[in-house]
Amino acid sequence: MNSAERNATIYGAILIASLAAPWVLPAYQTQLAFLWIMVLFALTWDLVGGQMGYTSFGNIVFFGIGMYVTAVIQRNLHFDIKEYVHVAGAVDTLQPGEYLSGLFLGMGASAIVAVIIGAVLGLCILAMGMRGQYFGICTLGLGVAAGEIASGWDYIGAGSGMVAPVFPERLGERGAFFYYIFFILTVILFLTLKWLYAGRFGLAINAIRDDEDKAEAMGIRTTRYKMTAWCISALFLAVAGGAAGHLVGFIDPTEVAFAGATFGVWMILMAILGGKGTLWGPVVGAVIFYITQEVFWTYLFGWQRVAMGALIVGIVVFFPQGIMGWMRERWPERFGHRVEESTLSSSAEGGGP
Amino acid sequence: MTGQQLLVEGVTKRFGGVVANDNISLSVPEGSIVGLIGPNGSGKTTLFNSIVGYHPIDQGSIRFEGREISGLRVTEIARMGMLRTFQQTRVYAKMTCVENMQISVPRKGEGFGAMFSKSHPKIMEKAENLLAFVGLYAKRNLLAGDLSFGQQKLLEFAMALMNEPKLLLLDEPTAGINPTLINGLIERLKRSNADLGITLFIIEHNMPVIMDLAEHIYCLAHGQLLAEGPADEIRDDQRVIDAYLGAN
Repeated sequence: MNSAERNATIYGAILIASLAAPWVLPAYQTQLAFLWIMVLFALTWDLVGGQMGYTSFGNIVFFGIGMYVTAVIQRNLHFDIKEYVHVAGAVDTLQPGEYLSGLFLGMGASAIVAVIIGAVLGLCILAMGMRGQYFGICTLGLGVAAGEIASGWDYIGAGSGMVAPVFPERLGERGAFFYYIFFILTVILFLTLKWLYAGRFGLAINAIRDDEDKAEAMGIRTTRYKMTAWCISALFLAVAGGAAGHLVGFIDPTEVAFAGATFGVWMILMAILGGKGTLWGPVVGAVIFYITQEVFWTYLFGWQRVAMGALIVGIVVFFPQGIMGWMRERWPERFGHRVEESTLSSSAEGGGP
Repeated sequence: MTGQQLLVEGVTKRFGGVVANDNISLSVPEGSIVGLIGPNGSGKTTLFNSIVGYHPIDQGSIRFEGREISGLRVTEIARMGMLRTFQQTRVYAKMTCVENMQISVPRKGEGFGAMFSKSHPKIMEKAENLLAFVGLYAKRNLLAGDLSFGQQKLLEFAMALMNEPKLLLLDEPTAGINPTLINGLIERLKRSNADLGITLFIIEHNMPVIMDLAEHIYCLAHGQLLAEGPADEIRDDQRVIDAYLGAN
């Protein structure tokens, strides 16, 4: 009835549906796991691209970094490198404990490596005051460069990529296992962002989006906020990348890890479709986009890329403000944007946002 | 030179071959209201930009509370307590008025952890009081970009007050505001100076307004300091009249 109860009902329904999904649709466990990756993509992109207004085309870099860091740690922890390269059969001999320790250690290391690389890249492009289209093009270059570097680096398999160890059968169903990993990761991300956006951090990055010069003139430490947002985005992408590499099984440098033309573009489109700069927009956008994409793949095979291209053009031309953005323009009162003629009677009248 | 909150000495700023500010010296005493006038293109806004660190100056020295600030960046100077408003009003358009106010709190000495803090109820209370002060309380939950130009100017002024500056540089605060509202704004400017102790340094084209407000006025023309003095003297100064009428 009241908004708190309504919210609790919505969150509860989503939670139950999410927990039950892999058992209700057992044939689609991997796809469902990817659905959460897509939501995570859209949310991490929106932190920098939507809430902060820094349109990045290179966030995929951190996803690929996480994938490689995790795969390398998994490999180096349990295999002699020469043996790994020459004997593909050695790959499926991991015990559940070994597999899990390698995976989680790798995901943890991915987070650290991504934040360090994110900070270094951030110092080079954000702290130097790069903005707007220049920032976008610079990040686009990052994504391309990362793929090229990975394709030429023998230690991580160069162009032939890396193979993740086979999932130990004793751990149960692979799809369901990764589904829950991504579900938990996305929930943590969502709650983190919800908390960040509700406080000073959210206001500051919104201010940077609306007018960075003004924000600086008001004394806001803009570089600090920009770097932090960028690194938080990097952290979650890298951790997700680490698990995604193990889910996919084969890490190709340009098609899977640094897949700028697919995942890298999708994360932007999903956020835009749902409504960038809103908390729920990226979630809604990712779900709709991913389901549409899967439907295209199933029913329009052969034409799926054309249909996808048409959808992308449609989104950008007709839905620039996204679903949530459109709703906010259509019903501003629902979002609290209304004139309230009450006078400021006393200081007791605080009121939420 | 005690009591001079802002001291500008021999400041020169060139853009290529154009000398926008030529050897300008002026001072703003603490707690005063000082005006800066001059025809369009005389270098007033450039001087403001130089003072707040928006661009480096070519020569001269700028001191704020005795400290040389000509090498500091905009954000650092803002955190010291010297704030400017913009001629082309700047507010955060996609945020509500209250949010605009909440994000305008003073930033001095803010640590890393402050990034993740919640807005204190006292901040909200202060934001609402200041919005009431400029007459925008009823519109506090509207997006700032949906306000009229004049209202955005008032909001920008309220945001500046929220920041608790010691010295506020206002670039044409009454431009684009309707005459009825201007009287209210003048009164609010005076009150912020008298009650809150904020020093005001104001660029203004509206002569009656600046004569009413400022105790001391500087006049720029062609990038040079043409005249200075009490408001009455400046009003009758033949050089100033000539500059405005184009005789110069």
